[in-house]
Amino acid sequence: MSPPNRLIGSALERVEDLRLLRGRGQFVADINRPNQLHAAILRSSVAHGLLRGIDTVAALKLDGVQVVLTARDLGQTVPRLPIRLQPLPELEPFCQPMLADEKVRYVGEPVAVVVAESPAIAEDALDLIEIEIDPLTAITSRDQAEAAETLLFPEHLSNVSMRWNAVKGDAGTAFETADYTRRETFAVQRHAALFMEPRGFVAEWDASAEKLTVWGAAKVAFANRKILAATMGLDLDQIDMIEGDVGGSFGSRGEFYPEDFLVPFASRHIGRPVKWVEDRYEHLMAANHARQIECDVAIAATRDGKILALRGTNWTDNGAYIRTNGSIAPRNAAQFMSGAYDIEHIQLTSYSLTTNKTPTGTYRGPGRFEPDFVRERLIDLMAKDLDLDPLAVRRRNLVPADKMPYPLATMTPFESVTSLDSGDNHALLDRCLDEFGWDEKVKLQGQCIDGFYHGVSVGCFIEGGAAGPSENARIVLETGGTFTVYLGSAGVGQGIETIMGQIAGDALGVPFESVRVHYGSTEYVAEGYGSFHSRSTVMGGSAIVLAADALQDKLRPIAATMLGCPEDAVRFEAEGVRNTAGHSVAYSCLTDEPVAVEARFENKKYTYSYGSLAAHVAVDPKTGQVDVLDIASTKDVGRKINPATLNGQSVGSIVQGLGGALLEEFVYDAEGQLLTGTLADYLLPTATDFPSIRSTVLELVPSPHNPLGAKGAGEGEIIPVGGVIANAVAQALASFGVEPMALPLSPPNVWRMLQAAADK
Amino acid sequence: MKVAFEVNGKALEVEVEPRLSLADCLRDVLGLTGTHLGCEHGVCGACTVIVDGEAVRSCLTLAVQAAGENIVTVEGLSRDKGLTPLQAAFRKHHALQCGFCTPGMVTTAHALLSEEPDADAERVREALSGNICRCTGYISIVEAVLEARTAYRTAEGES
Repeated sequence: MSPPNRLIGSALERVEDLRLLRGRGQFVADINRPNQLHAAILRSSVAHGLLRGIDTVAALKLDGVQVVLTARDLGQTVPRLPIRLQPLPELEPFCQPMLADEKVRYVGEPVAVVVAESPAIAEDALDLIEIEIDPLTAITSRDQAEAAETLLFPEHLSNVSMRWNAVKGDAGTAFETADYTRRETFAVQRHAALFMEPRGFVAEWDASAEKLTVWGAAKVAFANRKILAATMGLDLDQIDMIEGDVGGSFGSRGEFYPEDFLVPFASRHIGRPVKWVEDRYEHLMAANHARQIECDVAIAATRDGKILALRGTNWTDNGAYIRTNGSIAPRNAAQFMSGAYDIEHIQLTSYSLTTNKTPTGTYRGPGRFEPDFVRERLIDLMAKDLDLDPLAVRRRNLVPADKMPYPLATMTPFESVTSLDSGDNHALLDRCLDEFGWDEKVKLQGQCIDGFYHGVSVGCFIEGGAAGPSENARIVLETGGTFTVYLGSAGVGQGIETIMGQIAGDALGVPFESVRVHYGSTEYVAEGYGSFHSRSTVMGGSAIVLAADALQDKLRPIAATMLGCPEDAVRFEAEGVRNTAGHSVAYSCLTDEPVAVEARFENKKYTYSYGSLAAHVAVDPKTGQVDVLDIASTKDVGRKINPATLNGQSVGSIVQGLGGALLEEFVYDAEGQLLTGTLADYLLPTATDFPSIRSTVLELVPSPHNPLGAKGAGEGEIIPVGGVIANAVAQALASFGVEPMALPLSPPNVWRMLQAAADK
Repeated sequence: MKVAFEVNGKALEVEVEPRLSLADCLRDVLGLTGTHLGCEHGVCGACTVIVDGEAVRSCLTLAVQAAGENIVTVEGLSRDKGLTPLQAAFRKHHALQCGFCTPGMVTTAHALLSEEPDADAERVREALSGNICRCTGYISIVEAVLEARTAYRTAEGES
């Protein structure tokens, strides 16, 4: 049963804030264990080469160094990072060893681990280790990868690791018979989630109990426990993964990395607690990169602007290995190219290329930001060619409400079918235009004011959420009359302690203050799936609703006995139970022992939030600088739990998207050296960059797939940003004939486009 | 070597290696883990503390450089119970999500408003531009700091 709106829908101030604002959060670097040692990781400074030898003698002689681990210390076969999502057996050869054994394949690849009495001694010892590497040619581009003169995995005979197909209808025939077709190539640059808290772990092996405790869990603690158990030869119940405060994830933090194995392994190896916290340079070359893709895609349409088909090929640069979720972006880039639009015929293929760069993984809106850029650009190019209003073309082609549920293209391998669950795209577009002030701002289209060229654009998006298969919640009525909720979802900064408290409070019909929420750590529930694919609120929240119902079912006979009434006369109220005659018993008097239930919400159908985003830019043709003057967005999430945190997700997501559209880029040289190894080189949005961002979140059409009616909402607005900004820049610079086909639209890139247009 | 300074109003003398940063000294020697390390190269601002009234990067300052100074961290800007007006404004405006950058935002905003309680939005943005937040997009942080100005005009803001 769906809980009523009381706490749900209210912009409650967060409980998390009370500790975080006073410096009392407990992040992983704040955890210390008695007698702990510190690890530092030696990383390859060569992008591609044969590892001939590692000399650790001098490092071991340094006072305070306890051990130096290399691949040979990890066992006869070096454990590899398994694939968590879409684990195709043919991808196994591309999995990363926990420490490089025969070859190094990217700058930053872990080669050895030093464990010492202090972080400073461990880092000093890194400098004393001699590594001998015979360099091989570094593969840093699609052309090189495809040419296959050098192979990262010679036994595989190709640098293409996988291929995904998205198919719907008959694109071939549609292209043959269409009035209009246009084919273009596009590129999105390599960038990353770049969460603020560096990764880290404290691992403690208790030899007498044969038990491992790992602090620093995030995102998917249960999945990572499985991986750790398998790679360390332990049973699941020998490992506790503990989640504290987590400083952001955006898809990247909390995936299993080599260090997730190396730190616990080192602790067991040496019999003392071991702590490791990465520095930012390590983070930039070691944590998952994302987004890099080249696309060759064509659009087919009628001459009056009805889109008939999309056809083409994507090449994602997946870096040196396929990591835990490395297959998601290439997969999604094919399936979600059609976005919120009704396109009958689709034939898209994604190839993943291995290159000598940092491996990739998901970043908020994975394989969605990239194809949205491609599709929204193609729509504007088509509108221009056909002399149509791009806004009218979007209206004409959005999936109409009466076509819901609307099937997307079917993917292979892992044949998967998914449908947009519900919604009214046109209403969200219209509301976005109103909020933005489109009718006034569009009058500035292409105009030059005080030397700046103005452009506006709007785009429409969908956001998948609520990945299955299930989530668990346990609720305990404590003897003091309060309720404790334990949840398999994870906190990554999105405020789920508060959000889940709101859901539990309404599901139980009790005040927010009567509920305590615990989540993330593996000790709380039997099984958990964590926080990814915008799933926590929908899946974890729905599990709470089921658990609350089950708890009340369990309490009902107890209450009936105490109240001396039939079970169906028992009412659950804010402070206790009451019967129809008006007699009541407080929750604190209902039981002498805690009463607990655990419930599981199962769901394999995704939710699809959707909406629109409009932007107004001004471009300085002398410098190529793009100023974002205003952004307004709309999104329908089915049901709002906490409007404040929801709006926070929306605005934060937009600004991250602007980073990707305008600022952020990992740059490699031809030798595979990462040239952007500090935050002074890799530019993130700052407080002065984007002062006007407005988001409107609606609850128009509930999702039919869960008792809350909620849709996943942690990613949405980042998805359209690249395409909308590029279209706005194209509109601004229409008089110069500039058509952006690649991101980021940084000042040098825009300036170069202007120069190239002038040379034509 | 020995270094003496005042931290959050308390006079302290600590034994440190010359190469120890002020941030590591605060966190590891004094247990003040509210000061966070996000980049350790002076760009992200998470480690900002107040040294003699100025917002300073504690990751770029050596502990020994702070000898004789008066240092205030986020713990020193907090009350045992409840929130200061500045912190309450952050909470009200949902100006934090993961909270990792937040101590640096609070110290930077406090240093600004202590000197300039009438700072306008543009000045607030400029003062915060050295502090990176990956979650919020900054809009809500600026709103929070602007709201907190009232308290600093009446000296309530002094923690």
